[in-house]
Amino acid sequence: MNSHDPFTLALSLILSGDPGLFGIIQLSLQVSLSAVFVASLIGLPLGAAIALFRFPGRGLVITLLNALMGLPPVVAGLLVYLSLSRAGPLGQFGLLFTPTAMVIAQTLLVLPIIAALTRQAIEDLWEEYREQLQSMGSGRVRAIPTLLWDARITLTTAVLAGFGRASAEVGAVLIVGGNIEGVTRVMTTAIALETSKGDLALALALGLVLLTLVAAVNATAYLLGQMSRSRMQ
Amino acid sequence: MSQMPPNGVKNPLLELQDVMFVGSGKELLARTNLTLGSGGRTVIMGPNGAGKSLLMRLAHGLLQPSQGRIVAGGNGSAFPRQAMVFQRPVLLRRSTIANVTHALALNGVPRRLRRPLAEQSLERFGLANHSHRPARTLSGGEQQRLALARAWAIEPGILFLDEPSAALDPAATKAVEDAVNAFHANGTKIVMTTHDLGQARRLADDVVFMCCGRVMEHTAAARFFEAPATAAAATFLRGELVLDVPAPGCSTQ
Ligand SMILES: Nc1ncnc2c1ncn2[C@@H]1O[C@H](COP(=O)(O)OP(=O)(O)OP(=O)(O)O)[C@@H](O)[C@H]1O
Ligand SMILES: [Mg+2]
Repeated sequence: MNSHDPFTLALSLILSGDPGLFGIIQLSLQVSLSAVFVASLIGLPLGAAIALFRFPGRGLVITLLNALMGLPPVVAGLLVYLSLSRAGPLGQFGLLFTPTAMVIAQTLLVLPIIAALTRQAIEDLWEEYREQLQSMGSGRVRAIPTLLWDARITLTTAVLAGFGRASAEVGAVLIVGGNIEGVTRVMTTAIALETSKGDLALALALGLVLLTLVAAVNATAYLLGQMSRSRMQ
Repeated sequence: MSQMPPNGVKNPLLELQDVMFVGSGKELLARTNLTLGSGGRTVIMGPNGAGKSLLMRLAHGLLQPSQGRIVAGGNGSAFPRQAMVFQRPVLLRRSTIANVTHALALNGVPRRLRRPLAEQSLERFGLANHSHRPARTLSGGEQQRLALARAWAIEPGILFLDEPSAALDPAATKAVEDAVNAFHANGTKIVMTTHDLGQARRLADDVVFMCCGRVMEHTAAARFFEAPATAAAATFLRGELVLDVPAPGCSTQ
């Protein structure tokens, strides 16, 4: 190995704390964590409400939500692009090619995952708790916070799944962000485009960081799964 | 005195008036008039599938009657605070003490009072040492004691227990019976089911005997065990060893 092979360069980029590299990592985390935060804020109560209440078209909503879990990132990106472009309904805000646009696109991707998994978890728990909670005088609305808290481990896993999807997708952030250096360049878009431009070291360094992140997310989800099975909660 | 309760029950607490329940297209509970007086221990008896749990769920408000209504005893009085202990307690995925404080919260007890009340209640049921353990790691007997402690904390006017000791060993069963008597001594109305005739004799002040989705009789305990009013109950009591077989003669009232 000579000092110019991409792997060595990648390691030295990471170890030297290269500001360009860390700027990209920071923006990636900011965008994906913001998207997961907004999606959780909407998706957790929404999923719980769908689990607890009966309304016309409920089956359709659940089917749609489950289908949207597999929404292709490029399609989500395209939809947000159309809404935010000059001619689009939200064009006046000038959000296209900003981190905000990327947060919106990733929220759209993550929301169905969190809402659908929450719906399933809360419905199962409600089945188990319903009589006991009703006996203690809890109506359905009052049961929502109780159930969300008691399903906290499963729901954390759902949120982690959403974060995994957001941080690993490239299509949506590329379309609405544009991979502008220092503005909207995140890990996945940098890997996709720097590779084609020949900056293999940067791509590889980011690839390693992303891999570590995703591995950590999945390990946490696995441990939480073990925990919920062991009744230790 | 137009509201004179049937069966001569004094101080009615809860009244089922012409209550009927239909489920899955079948009449599961025939038209029932039942007055539950305050204070005493009412034991609902009858073979499997008689409708005991159903009657209790209706009285407690977990199920809505298909016909008829359930009213608080006396004219215009409020419903008493209620609690129910199930055969298998459903415990929240929280600590032992949080299970009690949550019940208090649902009953509108102010936040600052919840902890001390919960601690007293756990102490009362010998669970003080387990306060901070995840409730679902408690043993079966401890879980049932927690269910009782949770009910105790909210000081219910009426407590329903559906086969509360069916899955417990003799010592834990004794603990449940002691708890029932402690609630009773505190003025809580007890309504329970059991398949344990000995337990019924030990605890009952009055017996509601059910068979095939019908209340056959509501009789003072001493009389019920001596000379029940219906043939079905007599058969049921004679057949102590064959409790699982529905007693004949349900249709003749
Ligand atoms: N929601 C329901 N829908 C349909 N059938 C029901 C429902 N609830 C109860 N049943 C039926 O009503 C009958 C009475 O049930 P219930 O649970 O009240 O019996 P039980 O007297 O408590 O019996 P056990 O001694 O076995 O507990 C049973 O045949 C049962 O299958
Ligand atoms: Mg039953």
